[in-house]
Amino acid sequence: MLELIVISTLNGVLFGMLLFLLSSGLTVIFSMMGVLNFAHASFYMLGAFFGFQLTKWVGFWPALLLAPLLVGAIGMAVERYGLRNTHKHGHVAELLLTFGLAFAIEEIVSMIWGKTPLDYRVPALLDFPAFTIFSTNYPAYKLFMLAVSVVIFVVLLVVLKRTRVGLIVQAALTHPHMVGHLGHNVGRVFMVVFGVGSALAGLAGVIAGPALVTQSDMAAALGPILFVVVVFGGLGSLPGAFIASLVIGLVQTFAVALNGSLASAFGPLDPSAGPSVLTDIWNVTIAQVAPIVPYLLLVLVLIVRPVGLMGTRES
Amino acid sequence: MRKFTLAIALIAPMLGHAAWAEDTVKIGYIDPLSGGGASVGEGGLKTFQYLAEELNAKGGILGHKVEIVPFDNKTNPQESLVQAQKAIDAGVRYITQGNGSSVGLALEDFVNKHNTRNPGKEVLYFNYAAVDPSMTNEKCNYWHFRWDASSDIKMEALTSYMKDIPSIKKVYLINQDYSFGQSVRSDARKMLAAKRSDVEIVGDELHPLLKVTDFSPYIAKIKASGADSVITGNWGQDIALLLKAAADAGLKVNWYTYYAGGAGGPTAIKQTGLDHQVFQLTEGFANSGNQAAMDYEKAFRAKVNLSLWYPRAVNEMRMFKAAAEKANSIEPVKVAAALEDLKLEVLDGGTGFMRKDDHQFFQPIYVSSFGKLAANEPFDEENTGWGWHLVSKVDTPQAMVSTTCKMARP
Repeated sequence: MLELIVISTLNGVLFGMLLFLLSSGLTVIFSMMGVLNFAHASFYMLGAFFGFQLTKWVGFWPALLLAPLLVGAIGMAVERYGLRNTHKHGHVAELLLTFGLAFAIEEIVSMIWGKTPLDYRVPALLDFPAFTIFSTNYPAYKLFMLAVSVVIFVVLLVVLKRTRVGLIVQAALTHPHMVGHLGHNVGRVFMVVFGVGSALAGLAGVIAGPALVTQSDMAAALGPILFVVVVFGGLGSLPGAFIASLVIGLVQTFAVALNGSLASAFGPLDPSAGPSVLTDIWNVTIAQVAPIVPYLLLVLVLIVRPVGLMGTRES
Repeated sequence: MRKFTLAIALIAPMLGHAAWAEDTVKIGYIDPLSGGGASVGEGGLKTFQYLAEELNAKGGILGHKVEIVPFDNKTNPQESLVQAQKAIDAGVRYITQGNGSSVGLALEDFVNKHNTRNPGKEVLYFNYAAVDPSMTNEKCNYWHFRWDASSDIKMEALTSYMKDIPSIKKVYLINQDYSFGQSVRSDARKMLAAKRSDVEIVGDELHPLLKVTDFSPYIAKIKASGADSVITGNWGQDIALLLKAAADAGLKVNWYTYYAGGAGGPTAIKQTGLDHQVFQLTEGFANSGNQAAMDYEKAFRAKVNLSLWYPRAVNEMRMFKAAAEKANSIEPVKVAAALEDLKLEVLDGGTGFMRKDDHQFFQPIYVSSFGKLAANEPFDEENTGWGWHLVSKVDTPQAMVSTTCKMARP
């Protein structure tokens, strides 16, 4: 039992950190610009595919640097030539633009790389078990993912809260005209912020690619859960996203570990009643519904506390 | 005059096209080409396209060109029905599908209704991989033909093999939460209890179909249960990710699988280092030892750049041709009648036949294990250097199960 608890905690934290890695860029963009970027998971997918391709050409470590830059550049182009023009038509137009973009990217990726999973491997340098607990191995690569997530969290927090750049970025959101009058190029600030957010997604892609499956539907598979993280953590709050990622990772992992059902808690239904929808529901275990638990959390949070755990933005 | 020439120029190719279309046997391929099942769907499509080209190079079926028309169903039953209707509207009279019994059951019902309502325009459903036993039992239907062994046939073969392995003591079941996964778990429970009552089932897990991104929590549970063997019917990304998570955690158990050979599976097994500890049930495999099949595999790989996952697709197309020639027609009603009780020399050797009672094809079933290659085994998988190795063969008569099918014939 202790074994299962320790290992589930570890698995939960590791999965949670991966979620944070994915959602950090989304949070940055949302908190700074108020744009809920539906194409964020697609930038993550682009990161994974660029990472795979560049790894083949120049090796993993240069790819780790180059792929996010490339994705960031694409992000900046999207902001400059897409979002900036739709911005004046309001949030719905922006949302629709990113929504369409997500589908376009998926199609393009599957046209270039096909739909079968790529053989994107963990770099040899990190391909060994880092430590063993209760005879379960933890790959060094997962610890690397964890470390990167924490570093990103700290760096982002410091840059946004403690530096001049962060100050300008935050001011540009609420008082764009004032910031503009002070001599800052507000348009460029937004473009850079969007670029950085996209690059973070790209970085997550390069890193998560070998750990998960790199194929053209990976954006669609992870997209929805990212929104859960961002909304649950509090719209636009970086610490909120961090905590939400951990909570969701842990909740999902522990839910899988639990075999309990209503039947095991209260006893089986009267068999004479015969099989019905009710007996089905009664016998469903928590493990079976584990993957939908985060979405239940999302619904609950929206009802009880619409701004999320640590959110400040009135949306 | 110029307008007239222009009109001719525009219409002439269409006429030509229409003439072609009448000559063509269109096979609607309805399978996932996006989403979590895309990798297997793509592989299947390439296989059928290869088979069609092969047939066409030899003059097609009764002189008719064979064309595979792909439709993406996203592994979704509802979407499949929309696509099936689209296929029929586009002139398709033969539908082939395989991935997902939930889809298969929906299509079987759909084809039945369509044929009842549209006499003279019947459509046949050639099933190459949906293995839910109910499709040839209580839900059987005259218009459905299955070339893959149903899940209970496979489980019968698997448990016959497992019963002679005394080291199997604790078995963990993990399956996808839908009709096929549920039939794997219930067959495994039933047949293990009958053949090896001393084996303990230490876990029985169902997880959502093609939705899980990280299987480490499930692996932790398997480990905690103390299982020495796992039985799973998982396919697509679910088997690849499951094995990958096992590799990461260093879980050392024997895996008894239906589809570990699918995309990503072999790579993950190589990572686990489980040399000949992952087993698979198939109607044929690359290193089966049958020379004709091995030559075929070689040619297939050279052209398609994939392993031949579906020897049964080869059997299906060859048998389609044989049935059409026997009936001397490509009319679905006549082909269906000709298929009943038709015998075929299957790709990997041995005779198979399409049982008239339930339209289930019976053929030899192989248990193979994945690991280092022996001298006479030329084929590896996914460039891992490891490949499939023959462990046990169950011949056609022993691979037969009874049916409860009561078929209404037209």
